[in-house]
Amino acid sequence: MTVYAAPGSPDAKITFKPRYENWIGGEWVKPVKGQYFEDISPVNGKPFAEVARGTAEDIELALDAAHRAAPAWGKTSATQRAAVLNKIADLIDANTELLALAETWDNGKAIRETLNADIPLAADHFRYFAAAIRAQEGSFAEMDGDMTAYHYHEPLGVVGQIIPWNFPILMAVWKLAPALAAGNAIVLKPAEQTPVSILVLIELIGDVLPPGVVNIVNGFGVEAGKPLASSPRIRKIAFTGETTTGRLILQYASANIIPATLELGGKSPNLFFADVADKDDAFYDKALEGFALFAFNQGEVCTAPSRALIEKPIYDQFLGAAVKRTALAVQGNPLDTETMVGAQASNDQLEKILSYIDIGKQEGAKLLLGGERADLGGDLSEGYYVQPTIFEGHNKMRLFQEEIFGPVLAVTSFDGYDDGIAIANDTLYGLGAGVWSRNGNVAYRAGRDIQAGRVWVNNYHAYPAGAAFGGYKSSGIGRENSRLALDHYQQTKNLLVSYSEEKLGFF
Amino acid sequence: MSVIESSGVVTASVTVPGESIPRVEFLPVTVELLRKLWDQYGPLMIHQSGGCCDGSSPMCFPAGDFITSDQDVLLGRLDIAPEGAEPQVIDFWMSAEQFEYWSHTFLSVDVVKGRGSGFSVEAPEGVRFMIRSRLMETAAPFV
Repeated sequence: MTVYAAPGSPDAKITFKPRYENWIGGEWVKPVKGQYFEDISPVNGKPFAEVARGTAEDIELALDAAHRAAPAWGKTSATQRAAVLNKIADLIDANTELLALAETWDNGKAIRETLNADIPLAADHFRYFAAAIRAQEGSFAEMDGDMTAYHYHEPLGVVGQIIPWNFPILMAVWKLAPALAAGNAIVLKPAEQTPVSILVLIELIGDVLPPGVVNIVNGFGVEAGKPLASSPRIRKIAFTGETTTGRLILQYASANIIPATLELGGKSPNLFFADVADKDDAFYDKALEGFALFAFNQGEVCTAPSRALIEKPIYDQFLGAAVKRTALAVQGNPLDTETMVGAQASNDQLEKILSYIDIGKQEGAKLLLGGERADLGGDLSEGYYVQPTIFEGHNKMRLFQEEIFGPVLAVTSFDGYDDGIAIANDTLYGLGAGVWSRNGNVAYRAGRDIQAGRVWVNNYHAYPAGAAFGGYKSSGIGRENSRLALDHYQQTKNLLVSYSEEKLGFF
Repeated sequence: MSVIESSGVVTASVTVPGESIPRVEFLPVTVELLRKLWDQYGPLMIHQSGGCCDGSSPMCFPAGDFITSDQDVLLGRLDIAPEGAEPQVIDFWMSAEQFEYWSHTFLSVDVVKGRGSGFSVEAPEGVRFMIRSRLMETAAPFV
């Protein structure tokens, strides 16, 4: 067990600067309007740094820098860009603890996750795209004996990226790595709930990148995000967030005739078929863990398995064991490596989760576990903690239909395969899903029948680079975490070449 | 038209075809904030979001900024103007597909301390709009 010293204390792995500016053109640039906002740590509910409150003027400066950098960066070889990405990965690996602590302090998530998932995955993500761009080839087609069509992957130029607050560094890296590998310059706006950790990262890796290739402007959505998303000076916009803003971004993109990729969340079903309980063995234990993973990252994951569907013959037995298993999850100081459930990312997130617990009770759902704000005492009393909560109910309840983005699970039963699939698909969303069965045929069919972009079969919440991630239905457009993401940051150049002296003969 | 109650709560007019009971209200603290934002941004609209991160929040935009379509339901109109003043009407929208799952609940728009809510205009004030729900009086219980 290790309890990391809080940032700023004498033994801490990181001391935050009192104030962070925007990162534009390879240097820190003060916001044009001179305004700042406080970054609050969800761990203790207290402000710990000031952050530039960027506006349209700062976005323009960042776009200027990006447009200056894009032509040369776009002409570098894949070899050169891959070398840069690999250097970034090495720097992340060399600073895992520092970055993990920064991320935990900014977001509130348990440090066991940032040490073992967020930060190592971020490093690996850069290596994956370094490899992917090296291995990518164009194509050619022979039109006839004397004519060949060559197809080249060319960068888009300058792209905009808007990042969510639930995995501030990793989600930024999911967008940065493919865009950089493909040769684009970037203007990135972090979430205003978690604006600092990505700046700690850019402090480490900034020198590796040519000035202006990556620019980071913080600020509020309406003041900085909107001018970026609606700018005619970007050739693509990428966004992770919710449906209304997703639609708004598509509207802006339509005005500028540019592509948009969107990841808009889900209400992911986690199906447990009866044969899971055939034996009380390691697999059964794994399935129980798979159930309890709804509280992973405090439930603040777009793919959180927030609807557990249990087949009727094992419903009481499995649910009983799974509730007991969930109750063992250790909630506590996010800086303690034993802690499994940390703090929600913000006060309004806490309030929203509590409002859903309230509507769950009104709708008649039965509370099986938790259901309250957690007071961890001492310095953590003002932090944003919610007990892992399990409700039993009906799939038409709002608890089952809305992304609560908290450690709140809705459980119901299903009666046979068809009923299970029907309930699983009775949702607006289609981002993630889980299927648990000892029967490979059942697991395969269920995985294919569920309308979701990612179906975990006999596991959950793994995010290895190389496994495509993205939504069906209202969960969005596009794929990340896979070489498919390169397509979203490239356009095709066709050279149609004649190797003949023969004229066309029309004129 | 919408109604300002003595408590300061503004209850929406009924706009869903075939219905007779309001679906939305603004709490007094919400009305106060919306009046301030109206002074700053001009006429406003609200679209109820769903999904990830800041989802399930009512998003407030300058009127017309968000293009609604047949895929949206107008849940109600709410006049936030003080009595006797020029009307300040805010349309409250939700996507039709989301309405199918929300239709049995009455929405009360509150304000909480917080940060960030898409491109919603209240965020720089350090607060966010938040929905508190209760079952519609006529909603059939689940069976």
